[in-house]
Amino acid sequence: MSEKKQLNPLQFNDTSDLEISSLLEAIYQKYGYDFRQYSEAHIRRRIMNRMSMSGLKDVSQIQSMVLKDETFASQLLQDLSITVTEMFRDSGFYKSLRDHVIPILKTYPFIKIWHAGCATGEEAYSMAIIMQEEGLYDRTTIYATDFNQQALNKAKEGIFSNKMIKEYTINYQLSGGKESLSSYYTSNYGNVIMNQSLKKNIVWANHNLVTDSVFAEVHLILCRNVLIYFDKDLQNKVQKLFYNSLINGGILCLGSKEGLRFTDFYEEYKDVDKKQKIFKKKYQLAYALEG
Amino acid sequence: MSYEAIVIGVSSGGMKAMKIMFSLLPKGFKTPIIIVQHISAHSDSQWIQLLNGTYTIDIKEADEKEKIENGKVYFAPPNYHLLIEKNKTFSLTIDEPVNYARPSIDVLFESAAEMYKNKLIEIILTGSNSDGTNGIKRIQEWGGLAIVQDPKTAEAAYMPTSAMAAIKPDYILSLEDILKLLIKLDKQKQ
Repeated sequence: MSEKKQLNPLQFNDTSDLEISSLLEAIYQKYGYDFRQYSEAHIRRRIMNRMSMSGLKDVSQIQSMVLKDETFASQLLQDLSITVTEMFRDSGFYKSLRDHVIPILKTYPFIKIWHAGCATGEEAYSMAIIMQEEGLYDRTTIYATDFNQQALNKAKEGIFSNKMIKEYTINYQLSGGKESLSSYYTSNYGNVIMNQSLKKNIVWANHNLVTDSVFAEVHLILCRNVLIYFDKDLQNKVQKLFYNSLINGGILCLGSKEGLRFTDFYEEYKDVDKKQKIFKKKYQLAYALEG
Repeated sequence: MSYEAIVIGVSSGGMKAMKIMFSLLPKGFKTPIIIVQHISAHSDSQWIQLLNGTYTIDIKEADEKEKIENGKVYFAPPNYHLLIEKNKTFSLTIDEPVNYARPSIDVLFESAAEMYKNKLIEIILTGSNSDGTNGIKRIQEWGGLAIVQDPKTAEAAYMPTSAMAAIKPDYILSLEDILKLLIKLDKQKQ
């Protein structure tokens, strides 16, 4: 065994558990953003990163800063929200969406899609590209929502760094893209600007999955890699929101490591593509009998 | 001292090292082993299934919210960070890469250190970047047991060397000797 080591004073011990939950409570009370049911390990990691970047010595100091300093608070909010995303992330998923979900959507006279937790919008634009290529975009509305207004503003602008474009192009091609990805943007000084024609049917809206309720009835919900950040109870609550937002026979798409098994809604969907986590809401009995 | 978990970080040269390790792990090895191996974001999980079919120990990809059990080996899934919660379950995140890596060894090691404190064994194996170096520091601060593969015996020496520059490991051993030590320590587990 190694000899006893001096504990680093920057390190958190068990009292920091209390400090973190008290900080999350304070953020909720003052700003209305609710991280109390997020994955604790994730929240802890983000808070500790902020602490060391801002040269603060403990979580209590963060708390007093958050309450006094709105600029700091907004920075911490950015730290705690998930803004990492890619165009056509998981190409296999988008391939399956084209193969299995588009034929279902084609049967509707108009199509409403809810992209929940869209962050900076890369996947909402991906969806718009697919709908355009499938000849459905003119009768489609994509509601792309997030609680992070800063991310939404960026999404609305549709200007992305071209650093990732090579990766996105590979994703797009693997996902069964029919054109060249470069036909959907113009390059400008290290950035790419998404085409105006993709933006026309995307409605960007501030919506918080944790604290807000149903706002539309939709045919397709995409919420990928958001629920992994939530604890089981919160996952279940959000699944209820999704269930109530989908039409009968509506499609739910989750992230490749997410599922319904530990929620109350496992029996309410059937698999469209088990591996790619695409589910179809079962018809409620009354409708089934009528239909 | 009975250890509750083993975390392993491995990068280039990892596939060969993993095969040697699994071939030496005896049936009935109890301490759960949690591994971050750097791997392409586009790879699927078939290689894990293949490993699982080849060796006696139960090898799987870690699922979100999954309870960590004795007698199992868990790999972080490609393109996700793997973290450990206080209730000994896994969390996955898509947070930005750390040290250009997702999954990152540092992310796993740091959260494991907070969870298991001095009941943790961590191992840095072959690799050609410095991911894991911050994590191993954190683990030693918490009193966990730090083992580094002897760079002379590693296919890629950079990662173990980087860890050794940051801390004084409790052991610097060849892969075969690491396994002997783990088996000895595992026998002390109830």
